[in-house]
Amino acid sequence: MNTNELVRLAQMRRADAVTMIHDAKTGHTGGAMSCLDVLTCLYYDVMKVNPTDPRMPDRDRFVLSKGHSVEGYLAILADLGFIQKEELRDFSREGSRLIGHPNVKTPGVEVCSGALGHGLPIGVGMAIAAKRTGQSYRTYVVMGDGEQAEGSVWEAAMAGAQYGLDNLWAIIDRNGLQISGTTEQVMGLEDFAAKWRAFGWEVTELDGNDMAALQDYFHNTPNNGKPHCLIAKTVKGKGLPFAEGRKEWHHKVPNDEQLQQAYEALGVKGVDWRD
Amino acid sequence: MTDMDCRNAFTGELLECAREDKTIFAVATDSRGSVTLTDFANDLPQQFVECGIAEQDAVGIAAGLANGGLRPFACGPACFYTLRSAEQVKVDVAYSHQNVKIFGVSGGISYGALGSTHHSTHDVALLRTIPGIEIYLPSDGRQTQALVRYLVKSDEPAYIRVGRGAVPVIYEDEVPCTPGKANKLREGKDVSIIACGEMVWHALKAAEKLAEKGVECAVWDMFSIRPLDVDAILEAAEAPLVVTLEEHSIHGGLGCAVSEVLIQQKPVPMMILGLPEENTYSGKSAEVLRHYGLDGQGVAEKILKKLNK
Repeated sequence: MNTNELVRLAQMRRADAVTMIHDAKTGHTGGAMSCLDVLTCLYYDVMKVNPTDPRMPDRDRFVLSKGHSVEGYLAILADLGFIQKEELRDFSREGSRLIGHPNVKTPGVEVCSGALGHGLPIGVGMAIAAKRTGQSYRTYVVMGDGEQAEGSVWEAAMAGAQYGLDNLWAIIDRNGLQISGTTEQVMGLEDFAAKWRAFGWEVTELDGNDMAALQDYFHNTPNNGKPHCLIAKTVKGKGLPFAEGRKEWHHKVPNDEQLQQAYEALGVKGVDWRD
Repeated sequence: MTDMDCRNAFTGELLECAREDKTIFAVATDSRGSVTLTDFANDLPQQFVECGIAEQDAVGIAAGLANGGLRPFACGPACFYTLRSAEQVKVDVAYSHQNVKIFGVSGGISYGALGSTHHSTHDVALLRTIPGIEIYLPSDGRQTQALVRYLVKSDEPAYIRVGRGAVPVIYEDEVPCTPGKANKLREGKDVSIIACGEMVWHALKAAEKLAEKGVECAVWDMFSIRPLDVDAILEAAEAPLVVTLEEHSIHGGLGCAVSEVLIQQKPVPMMILGLPEENTYSGKSAEVLRHYGLDGQGVAEKILKKLNK
């Protein structure tokens, strides 16, 4: 897909996500924005998925291990037709299936997530299943950088290398911030790329908010028989001038004025599904 | 009466089923020896996934395998699968409704003198609070085999706990094994024992000793903790005393499940027999059971005392 069109789609999904958070008065603004270019690139340009048959056996697998960034994910699933766009109005409302972390009641969601450190082991299992049964699907797991403190991530990192899972992508939304501060203050990760390389993964670092770079990476990932680690360097709150790079926007909710500021910055007039 | 090891019974049956159904996978945590999966690993390496000593990873991997269209059995010590990876069992398997079977071996106090690190006296209590996963504690090797034949066809997540050593065969002929249906093994109007797992045999022994004292004791094999056979519990409560017997903490397990039913539907005097609230006494499993009065002799004595006989 044309890069400019993907950029436009990512901005629209940001508008969807920030509106959902504003209206529900709850959500994780910062992380939802930082990883949205990765999610947009995967869903609109890379992955093989089928909204009319969400359980299609050879669909590519996606796991949002940093499940708190659910808003942009749901906006994409709605835009692609897995659910009705109007259902986004129900986000976090009483009785809704669209809640603050992905769950399997939502068509297109593979597994419930949100308890951190769970996604990569599941992704390893998905990738092993493809290898052992001759299925061609690929598996993509998006994790947070704060999530990297979970030991189970590294158990799975070992297994991914052990089984030579070159059909598996671990993508880390490296926005550098978590709820208590910078990742380096809370539990330092650097030399982060070296850690993943030491665990036997093919590692690429790039600007995770650069759509052209993401497209180039996913379509031309080097394959040397190792699992793939993408350290996507992103900006928390990307696209929202009042939130960019500010840790308090981990789960702060925009007010009416900020919502309009967001629309203006994103170059959109609003969303088409709202009352 | 012959003896059978429920671990061997399980993995032997699983191997035979897996030869026919290539979607059946075994997932191990450096546990192929302790689970008796060596033959499976050697004969069907394409259906075997070694995860190393990493239970969280193993359960997550099993969930991913299930998502990929397979029928994984995550196999290892019950104590670790039900605490170290409890969150993965809750989220990746039960909440996500992935068709994963967790096969916990060396359950209860069957690790004996290895101590409380290796005992699983909490597993039923923990899993009973997590919706979406069946819970089975088969009582002998033949019932374990029958259970495997059900599990390999079932699409529901399940936890199956067995012990460690050879135990007496209870089901010599027919092996009734219907989820949610307890097996009544002995009639008796004076007291009903509802037991699960390898304690069923001790319940039968207790009933024999009680019979010598003129006490007629019914015995129920409640191998299916979830789904639970409420009708059997209510029928058992026709007797003036209901006793539960389990190789588990007295808190949260079978005794709790039975009492939840009876206190609300048919209150009768009960005794909940199991492991007390303390770090487990040291010794071989038989010695530990004897220490706590949970073998046939001990159970009979407790019941006679309760009945003032």
